[in-house]
This record gives sequence, C-alpha cells and structure tokens, in this order.
Amino acid sequence: MTSVLYDAPGPRAKRRNIFYTAAFVVLLALGLWWIFSVMSDKGQLEWSLWEPFVTAQAWTTYLLPGLGNTLKAAALSLVIALPLGAVFGIARMSDHRWVRVPAGVIVEFFRAIPVLLLMLFANEFYSAYTGVSTEVRPLYAVVTGLVLYNASVIAEIVRAGILSLPKGQSEAAKAIGLRKGQTMTSILLPQAVTAMLPALVSQLVVIVKDTTLGGALLAFPELLNARGTLAANYANVIPSFIIVAIIFIVLNLLLTTFASWLERRLRRAKRSSGAVLAADTAGAEEPVAEPGVKTDDGRGT
Amino acid sequence: MFDIFEGYDLLGAFWVTVKLTVFSGIGALVLGTVLAAMRVSPVPLMRGFATVYVNVVRNIPLTVIIVFCSLGLADIFGMTLGASDDFDELAFRLAVLGLAAYTAVFVCEAVRSGINTVPVGQAEAARAIGLSFTQVLRHIVLPQAFRSVIGPLTNVLIALTKNTTVASAIGVAEAALLMKEMIENEAQLLLISAVFALGFVILTLPTGLILGWVGKRMAVKR
Repeated sequence: MTSVLYDAPGPRAKRRNIFYTAAFVVLLALGLWWIFSVMSDKGQLEWSLWEPFVTAQAWTTYLLPGLGNTLKAAALSLVIALPLGAVFGIARMSDHRWVRVPAGVIVEFFRAIPVLLLMLFANEFYSAYTGVSTEVRPLYAVVTGLVLYNASVIAEIVRAGILSLPKGQSEAAKAIGLRKGQTMTSILLPQAVTAMLPALVSQLVVIVKDTTLGGALLAFPELLNARGTLAANYANVIPSFIIVAIIFIVLNLLLTTFASWLERRLRRAKRSSGAVLAADTAGAEEPVAEPGVKTDDGRGT
Repeated sequence: MFDIFEGYDLLGAFWVTVKLTVFSGIGALVLGTVLAAMRVSPVPLMRGFATVYVNVVRNIPLTVIIVFCSLGLADIFGMTLGASDDFDELAFRLAVLGLAAYTAVFVCEAVRSGINTVPVGQAEAARAIGLSFTQVLRHIVLPQAFRSVIGPLTNVLIALTKNTTVASAIGVAEAALLMKEMIENEAQLLLISAVFALGFVILTLPTGLILGWVGKRMAVKR
C-alpha cells in the first residue's frame, strides 16, 4: 500500500503497526466493555425490554406505520421538489438577467435557511390561513419545508448536471438550427438527467433524515415520533432508539449503495457524453468542474 | 410594527445559536481530524473503525442523535456533563455533544478528501530528494491538503449553523425555539418568520462568501 502519506511498510514499520493495532484493540475493548457495563447497570439489557421487537405487535402498531409516514413524506417531497428544482435550475442559467437574478436569489435564500424554520413557518401558515385539517397539517408542513429547501438544492444539482455537459452539445444543437428551448428539452436535459441520477438518489438520504424534524417538533407521526409512543408503552427508551437508528441506517445505506451502483453503471455505460455527478455532490457549492471530483459536504441535516 | 419583539430575547436566542455553532464546531473539528487521521492511517483496524463510524453516524438523522442525547444519555444513563442541577446548561451541553459527534463525520470526510487531492508523486518526489517523513508531511502534504479543504469545511460550518436549530427539539433556547414560541403566541407570522430567516441569512451568507473567497484564493491550482 502506497499512499501520499506512507510507503509500503518495512520490517520496523510492520512491527510498529502491530503495536498500534494491539493498543487500539485494547482501547476499543475497554470502550465496549464500559458501554456494556453502563447498559447492564441501568437494566437496559433485560430481555423484557427487547422482547417487543421480536413480536409482531411493536412493528405493526408503531414502527411500520412510522416508517411508512417517513417514506411517504420523503417520496412526496422528492416528487414535488424535482420539477420545481429543475425549473429554478434552468432559470438560473437563463440568458435574461430578469429571470436569472430572481431565480438565483430565491435558490440562495432557501439554501441559507434551516429546514426546521421552513417547516415551522409552513405549519403555522396552514393553521392560520388555510383550512387544512389538523390531522394532515404536520405532513403538509413537513413536505412544504422539505420541498422549499430541496428544490433549491436540486436546482443546483440540475445546474451542475447541465454545466457538466460538453459545450459541443449545445453548439451542435445551435448549428442544426434548434431553438434555445429545443436545445434544453431535447439535447441537454435528457443527458443531464442521466448524469444527475446518482446525486438525486443520495439527496433522498438527506430528505429521509430531515423528516425526523417534523416528528420531533410538529408531532408528525414518522419513525422517530413512533419511537416515542412505543417507548412510552414498553418503557424501553434505549432499545427503541437502537432499533430506530438501525432502521434509518439500513434504509439510508440501501439508498447510498444504490446511488453509487447507479453512478458506476452510468460511468461504465457512457450513454451520455457528459460527466456523471458523483453521488455525494448533493448540494455542492460550486458546479462540479471535473468528472469524479467528490465535493462531499454536510449541507443536509 | 416591531413592538411584538419586545419581551422576547431575540438577540439572546441568536447568541445561543452562535455559541452552539462555535462550541460544536470546535468539537467537530477535533474529533473529525482524529477520525480522518485514523482513516488514512496505515493500521487497518483504525481505518476500519473510522469507516464504520462515518458510515453509521452519517446515516442516522441528527434529530435522532440529539433526542437520544437528552432521553438516553441524560435521563436513562444519568450523564450530567458537569451540569447536574442546571437543566438549561445540561441541554446545551448535550446538544453540543450530539452536534459535534454528527458534524465530525463531515469534517473527517472533508479533511480526508483534502489529503487525497495531493498527488502521490509529490510525496515520492519529496522522498527522492531525501526529506524525512515529518518533513514530507510538514512541507509538502499538509500545506496542500489544508488549502484544499477550506471550501468543503466552509460548507460543513454553514450546515452546522443551520443544524443547530435541531437543538430546539430538546429545549435549548436558540433561535428556532424562540421562533416556534413567537409564531404560536403572536399574530404576525410573516414578519416574525422574515426576521428569523434574515437572522440565519446574516449568519450563513457572509461566512460562505468570505471563506469561499479565501478557499478559492488558497486552493492549489492543478
């Protein structure tokens, strides 16, 4: 193994590595043992607290409906934010200043504001100015907040996707006499969509994670909220947190794995002449200049 | 028009937001750098541990982590973090802990990608002219790595500023909690929301612009 930091290890380096490994194993074991002893001290390892999760009732009454609501809100947000984001992304690249500037201001504004503020606003807005019933209001508020934020992130992804296409594509379209709208809809967008797919799928992870905000602050009955009801019933705070965290991890790992599989496949297929936006580009500050440069940032929650 | 803000500590709430950002930012920077060092270390076990940490934590919603800090660590395990009788202080410290543990993952990835931008040839050339490991690190690798991570780290910092609002889920009196309280009590939804939105724009936009400019100037052009 040669990296910029280390050469292939010689005999002394190998001995040193073995020493570090042993020291780390001891440290890790101490940490695990400490967690284990604290858990058993507080009686969190009792089988009765974990038992609900092997029976059907905890899943059918609490966890699955919660997961269903999480997925519903995430799917709705993506479906609504996608066309909205595409419109704003394209508007930001318009030749007309009066289209480009307002679109840019709106996108930057909604990216600068926490999703939670948007959700709180939407919740109060629906309650004060519309007749949305109290049962669906949290869902509406969560979806509105997520759409406003993610549409602006998707707008940036769309822009990066279109900018990643070679210039020759639009030049050729111009040469054969296509109008601007035609160039966009039949030449640029189809290729950009393919390039964007991995980034869009990984944006879903951010959306899924953000639905929990509605559960904690707007009483939207998603997975985190369902955990609260479940723990109130079985008095198993720690186990319920662990199970819910595992569900989120598995769900999001599936999405990330799918995104990077898609990215590899698209790169190999070379169907599009442009670059493929890396799965982690979501919300990148700058359009990706070179293909394959990962600009991983923690923009989402 | 603005007299509804009387009786509410608007600046105080935003000050808590800033404090949350700064403290958890420092925590995340330290923890994230340690994680990044482990991820690029020659010891496979450390690399494995850091990889697992990053992939696990980045897939758990921040809200789950923060709420767990309050209901799990404090209520069940009785963790006090040196603030046993002051509930507000305890909530604040728990929020910092959760935010730092979560944000560290993104710091780690940013730092690691910075080290990865340095071409292997640079280190090989440095060794060829007889520089020692420490010299290679100090004069060749780290300067290039640091300069290329300013941009990504700025994004992490901005995301952290926005993420501090999640602390309102455990009752930390920061901006989002005050906004929630105010829009429920007062009949001035648009004005109140606009003021809070502006507050966050003021906090995040200059950070992004200034550090973005610095990052672009500093980045090693290749």
